[in-house]
Amino acid sequence: MKIRKKGKKEVPPVSTASLPDIVFMLLFFFMVTTVMRETSLKVTHVIPKAREVAKLERKSLVAYIHIGPPLKPLQAIYGTEPRIQLDDAFALPSDIPTFVESVKSQTNEAEVPLLTYSLKVDVKTKMGIVVDVKQELRKANALKINYSTSKIVDKSKSL
Amino acid sequence: MARSKREIQEINAGSMADIAFLLLIFFLVTTTMDVDTGLMRVLPPPILEDVPPPPPVKMRNVFVVLANAQDYLLVEDEYMQVEDLKDAAKEFIIGKPNNPADERFPEFKISQDPLIVKYFGPNYPISKQIISLQNDRGTSYELYIAIQDQLAAAYSEVRNEVAMNKFGKKYDELKDSKSEVDNEKAKAIRALIPQRISEAEPKEIGG
Repeated sequence: MKIRKKGKKEVPPVSTASLPDIVFMLLFFFMVTTVMRETSLKVTHVIPKAREVAKLERKSLVAYIHIGPPLKPLQAIYGTEPRIQLDDAFALPSDIPTFVESVKSQTNEAEVPLLTYSLKVDVKTKMGIVVDVKQELRKANALKINYSTSKIVDKSKSL
Repeated sequence: MARSKREIQEINAGSMADIAFLLLIFFLVTTTMDVDTGLMRVLPPPILEDVPPPPPVKMRNVFVVLANAQDYLLVEDEYMQVEDLKDAAKEFIIGKPNNPADERFPEFKISQDPLIVKYFGPNYPISKQIISLQNDRGTSYELYIAIQDQLAAAYSEVRNEVAMNKFGKKYDELKDSKSEVDNEKAKAIRALIPQRISEAEPKEIGG
């Protein structure tokens, strides 16, 4: 039998030629799925949890209103009370109509009725500020809103 | 001469992977994969001055939910825990179609809505239920969302039960179904059990 001729059998090296292809594949996946963050948050919020949540479709048609206590470094100036953040700056409820108008003007006219205003509010916030924001949104005819909540995954009956 | 034909040197592609890795890591870091979810609500349109106020609603048709600044709930004049709100609201939404004299539950009416007539017959009683939610400026957002969630859950469970009895399918399945017939059935159920959560104009309840 001469089939097993050589005693020393060398393991052939794993070819890494396809490594770039694999990496590129991953790269394209992330490039396609990525959404660049447009604003930097100045407030912190812990989003409440709920069960009956719906997915927010079409991110380009969503305007965010953040409400929560300012970030730690900003607390010396702005205090610890919850504040409203529109785009990149702190705002007052009275600034909301202007904000709504600017959002509407940046949107395709046919899609303006589909605009959703997502309220990202910290759980510890009192309703007073949220009510003010909602009243201003009503006045500005921005009626489609979404209380941002994350979905509860477990089946327990707690909140 | 030793110089013969000069061969074109191949470009070394070994560093390609490194470059790709670099880009990959950049996108990995900047990417936000979170899907935004939330409770969708439609605010009532602003009150215009020359429009007459809507006709008053009978108190027995209204399920009143009050939340005060201490995060206590008062539901139909009784204290309640948030977890129990769903069942209470469900009971109210379903009502007592067989016993319309019961004052604790809403009245019923007959609708000529073509969709309801088509699927439920012309004499199907429809509850006149409305849920009224009032909160104080001091109520925490957490409680508010919990209430909204419980009420939404109550509506969706009632819808699911009705759909299950009538069509043998859950409302959610009908709604998300690709078939036109199913979507129409879902629409009929929506007409039958409209989600009516009314939020009062804000005021100070105090407490």
